[in-house]
Amino acid sequence: MTELSGSSGTPQHPELDEQEPAPEGLGGSGHRRQQLSPEEVAEMEEKVRKVELAISLVLRIGVVVSVAVIATGLGLMFAHHAAYLPVHGHFSYKELTSKSTRFPHSFSSLGHSIAHGDGRGIVVLGVLILILTPILRVAVGVLSFIYEKDPPMAIVTLYVLVVLIGSFFLAGG
Amino acid sequence: MTPLDFVISLALISVAAGVLGSLIGLGGGVVIVPVLTLLYHVDIRLAIGASIVSVIATSSGAAAAYVRERMTNLRAGMFLEIATTTGAVSGAYLTTLLPTRFLFVFFGVVLAYSSFATFRRRHADAPLTVSHDRLANYFNLHGSYYDQAEQREISYKVVGTKPGLALMYVAGLVSALLGIGSGALKVPAMDSAMHLPMKVSSATSNFMIGVTAAASAGVYFARGQIDPIIAAPVAAGVLLGATVGARVLGRVASKTVRLVFVVVLVVISLEMLQKGIFP
Repeated sequence: MTELSGSSGTPQHPELDEQEPAPEGLGGSGHRRQQLSPEEVAEMEEKVRKVELAISLVLRIGVVVSVAVIATGLGLMFAHHAAYLPVHGHFSYKELTSKSTRFPHSFSSLGHSIAHGDGRGIVVLGVLILILTPILRVAVGVLSFIYEKDPPMAIVTLYVLVVLIGSFFLAGG
Repeated sequence: MTPLDFVISLALISVAAGVLGSLIGLGGGVVIVPVLTLLYHVDIRLAIGASIVSVIATSSGAAAAYVRERMTNLRAGMFLEIATTTGAVSGAYLTTLLPTRFLFVFFGVVLAYSSFATFRRRHADAPLTVSHDRLANYFNLHGSYYDQAEQREISYKVVGTKPGLALMYVAGLVSALLGIGSGALKVPAMDSAMHLPMKVSSATSNFMIGVTAAASAGVYFARGQIDPIIAAPVAAGVLLGATVGARVLGRVASKTVRLVFVVVLVVISLEMLQKGIFP
């Protein structure tokens, strides 16, 4: 799977062709990708592949863990509240989805709820793990671009990570 | 309807939302919000909280597969996240300044235009082979992917990073302001402005929407909009649906993905116009 093959229609030196339009500007660093030897290209492709697999793995772990936690919480909710089950009568879901419904929405109430084995708190914990997954993915991205020795992309990703973490502090504050 | 019936029926609907969302790069909020408000009569604030959960679930569920299969343009996605996250954070501050009704009408019109622009490109799907875009060249945002439907490797060049960044900023802003529509602007930005192939646009949008949503999810959690009895079936159902949907995208033709996207975009734009004109 060579990167620039296929229908590109520029069989010779596609790499040069790509670089040509950006000769000046950007502090003269438009040429930061030098012509690489075949071994270097292969090594680079292997690194890129490793990064793809790492990011995919982070997402998969986040998804699996959050689903497991959410399912546990949901199970506990029904186990502790027999009225939620249809056999026990006419308890409506609307009592759990109205404006006045109470459930943990701060870290202290969440911790309290989990400590008491409350299903709702455990579901919220699972949802928080789900929310943290993309942020963790960005953090892995920063490390990946450092590993690929690609400072501009590492800085870009680091900026995204800082904004994301900042948004959480702004939300909490 | 007991809570158990509610959880089971909502989980099944969420599976469908996950399949659709992962296929066309949207978060599934387009299905979840109307279903919760119109069918289950859930408070709109809780419905929007569930929609954010659905967006992150679609994104993580589908992107795990898309990244592994090299359908996502990782570099372009991460590069454009500069604009979406900045937009999402600035949107959180503008919420009180701008009238929501005006925003709905405005973005309803914007999305109606993007659906037209996306539809118009249905015959002009050939990837670019040359790019004179300095930013795209500097950050090397070009890429290639293996198209299962056409059974060949397709390499493509990226152009229009500046309009792309501008549109991504707006996409982040909209998702923070209105709680919906982040993917609806991302796909046209990549498809029409930056000339990424349709499937790559969809997969990369999928990759990005999770991060945009995560930027505002903290606020939704703190405001008490993440109701566990709603979030649990939505998260589980959407994750399952997105995992299934991610297997479909590779196999269907680009044109099919485009047409499904256009139809959904028209629905979203009508939904927004309705909210703005007859709230």
